[in-house]
Amino acid sequence: MPAKVAGAGASSSSAPLTVPAPRPPVIAGTLYRGGEGMWSWVLHRITGVAIYFFLLVHILDTALIRVSPEAYDAVIGAYKTPIMGLGELALVAAILFHALNGLRIILVDFWSVGTRHQRALFWTVLSVWAVLMLAFTPRHLIAVFGG
Amino acid sequence: MTTIDAPRTSTARTRRGMNLEKWGWMYMRASGVVLVVLIFGHLFVNLVAGEGVKQIDFAFVAGKLTDPFWIVWDTLLLWLALIHGANGMRTLVNDYVTKPKVRSALHFALAASTAVLLILGTLVIYTFDPCPAGADPEFVASFCSTL
Repeated sequence: MPAKVAGAGASSSSAPLTVPAPRPPVIAGTLYRGGEGMWSWVLHRITGVAIYFFLLVHILDTALIRVSPEAYDAVIGAYKTPIMGLGELALVAAILFHALNGLRIILVDFWSVGTRHQRALFWTVLSVWAVLMLAFTPRHLIAVFGG
Repeated sequence: MTTIDAPRTSTARTRRGMNLEKWGWMYMRASGVVLVVLIFGHLFVNLVAGEGVKQIDFAFVAGKLTDPFWIVWDTLLLWLALIHGANGMRTLVNDYVTKPKVRSALHFALAASTAVLLILGTLVIYTFDPCPAGADPEFVASFCSTL
């Protein structure tokens, strides 16, 4: 078993090498599963897929603008119904989370201390998301359900 | 006597050409930052400002698609968002689909649908006619009557 780590086999005249004791085998806090990082990852995937399929539909319904004014207004009218209004709320919620969490991913990747603060960054994402949703929700519900 | 290369001296095998997966990774982050601005602006102008979702009709979109600012905005939105979404879906396919034939089929479907929708969307933006001949004046923008 190699007892010495660094400097082994080098000069033997220097003072005895002191190696810091290994950290105690504490696993708690290092597990990825179940933590903020996992939920960030899971929600990023789910919101991403949802937004992607909406985007496919949204490009097609917007393309009706080239068909005729009547065709476009008929389809866009569906977006103004109560059920679709609630769907738009869910869509905006997904988009805002995906956008803010995407910025968090960029910070974790490129900011020198981003990884160390990934948990705080996740809670920051949720906080900013909550503030934006508090601003958007009443405004949109009034537009959909108001006179 | 046999000589063994010192470990971790990688000289012989270096990948040639550019690393496409690395550029895909970079694209997700670069386009992501731009998309945050483009989509937040899109949502604000369409769903928050003015009368919200109920203001959207043929005349509203015609007003935007005759303005070079929104033509550039929507073109960037279309291309950046659809490629970002399709590349994200490719990541999920690579993660979850293990059968080679199914994986190839899904990759093909993603590439084909992306190409078709990019061409369709771009044509719609650049061939758009805000005042189609013979259109009901009730549906088109007010400036059509002055032509």
